[in-house]
Amino acid sequence: MVESPLVRALLRAATALVLAFIYLPLIILAVYAFNESKLAAWPPTGFTLDWFGEAAANPAIRTALLNSLVAATAATLIALVLGTLAALAVQRYDFFGKNTVSFLFVLPIALPGVVTGIALQSSFKLFGVGLGLPTIIIAHATFCVVVAYNNIVARLRRLPRSPEEASADLGADSWMTFRRITLPGVRTALLSGGLLAFALSFDEVIVTLFAAGAGTKTIPVWIFNAMQRPNELPVVNVVALLLVLISVIPVWIAQRLSGGEIARGGR
Amino acid sequence: MSIPEGPRANLPQRRSLSRRVTSWFNAHPRATLRTLLAGPLGWIGLVYLGSLLVLLLHAFWAKDSFTGKVEPFNWTLDAFIQIASNPVYSTIALRTIGIALLVTITDVLLALPIAYYMARIASPRKRGLLLVAVTMPLWASYLVKVYAWRTILQGNGFLGWALAPFGIEGPGLSEITNAWIVLSYLWLPYMILPIYAGLERIPNSLLEASADLGGRAGMTFRRVIFPQLIPALAAGSIFTFSLSLGDYIVPDLVADAKFIGNVIYDNSALGNFPVAAAFSILPVVVMIGYLLVTRRLGAFDSL
Repeated sequence: MVESPLVRALLRAATALVLAFIYLPLIILAVYAFNESKLAAWPPTGFTLDWFGEAAANPAIRTALLNSLVAATAATLIALVLGTLAALAVQRYDFFGKNTVSFLFVLPIALPGVVTGIALQSSFKLFGVGLGLPTIIIAHATFCVVVAYNNIVARLRRLPRSPEEASADLGADSWMTFRRITLPGVRTALLSGGLLAFALSFDEVIVTLFAAGAGTKTIPVWIFNAMQRPNELPVVNVVALLLVLISVIPVWIAQRLSGGEIARGGR
Repeated sequence: MSIPEGPRANLPQRRSLSRRVTSWFNAHPRATLRTLLAGPLGWIGLVYLGSLLVLLLHAFWAKDSFTGKVEPFNWTLDAFIQIASNPVYSTIALRTIGIALLVTITDVLLALPIAYYMARIASPRKRGLLLVAVTMPLWASYLVKVYAWRTILQGNGFLGWALAPFGIEGPGLSEITNAWIVLSYLWLPYMILPIYAGLERIPNSLLEASADLGGRAGMTFRRVIFPQLIPALAAGSIFTFSLSLGDYIVPDLVADAKFIGNVIYDNSALGNFPVAAAFSILPVVVMIGYLLVTRRLGAFDSL
């Protein structure tokens, strides 16, 4: 051990401070969701559950929630199919330009969201595609592929090849081998990659604002618009808290499924 | 392994067709590879790279000054001239890059102690808990975190309340320092995780050797630990820098300031697509340059 007791104590204190910095805004947000007052002033004046009821009764929120669920589900399914195909190609074959594949998939989240958003919007407009739920799904699927792909590639790399070879030796064709051997082997990776893609899509706001057009709102887009209207703030607090829970819970499950190998992902 | 034959025996025709298809693929691995790659590469190529190309073309297309509509294939450099002739654009570009660098440095300073504690001092059980504690907020909605900071920073918010006993007022929502604080907050976990991974890879024996040779804590850090951490720092900075560079919601919502992203967003919202497209080239070029530099520092092996 190299660190002196003083250094260790200082590091412990710094760790506590940084953790407090990370969690303080989320705690304050949770407190506000139960705040009696309509005003956003701190400290809260009293405890109430009324805003949850008001949020549940708000038709705009329900429509936005439905849009978010549909978009996230569809984008996740597309991302899983594309991610699985690409992962199989990269892990099971050797070909020219193999390293470029993962680079291409990372691009949609590596470049600024505003660039991805405006690029997609400009080509939707150029080709006369009306903005709405389908364009949101296309946009989300594009940047969700990378999380599905990463999870499945990581699993395929660890999966032993011998069962697949045995299956082929015993006369199974490649489709049957895929269905009976490979697919069960990557099942949990599909599930955790899917959950991460779902969370990524459910939270996304920048690209969505460009791809959605004026009429269609997802939950983050609803929050974005509503937070500029002071009398909606108490309901925004509630929806914001629920949004955090809805996206953190799938990630927590995904993390348990993958044995903690997921470190990071989208924004 | 047994191959169930029962239900399929009823469908001799389909079975033979599927057999024929799969055996053809078995015999042609290159064709299988192409079939596997067609979907994903087609999607990224057509939807994404195609869109980027369309965006690039827009930068060189004219805009009908009357209707405001973009005229495809009517080539002009108007958008670039408009950007070059207005000093506001270069001020905004420098401000954005400056804040992105400042955020990166801040996150390195905040991440080093906690990452060091996690990697080298915490017990394995504590380390696992800390990893989860750092990773979870990464997945909490970006917009919600920005919103939470809005409530904290506004005049009568938490910060104003906490500072009141010292006679200091809350910052309000139009300070550029707010953008620095909130962006540093948002991307901090992206810096902690690679630094933690980098520190974990440094063998203990190296630090003991340094101590045995008379290196004190400060010198061991500077001469032994820090040089080994450079790839990890570069990897983390890719996130902190690029995500700050492209952001337009944070400057708008907490600082009432314009960043590169706001110029792009505002111009596209106003229908001035060519200028928005031309200005988008800037963050892409800066990012590609940054990626090339960090790749030389070994960042890609630490991602």
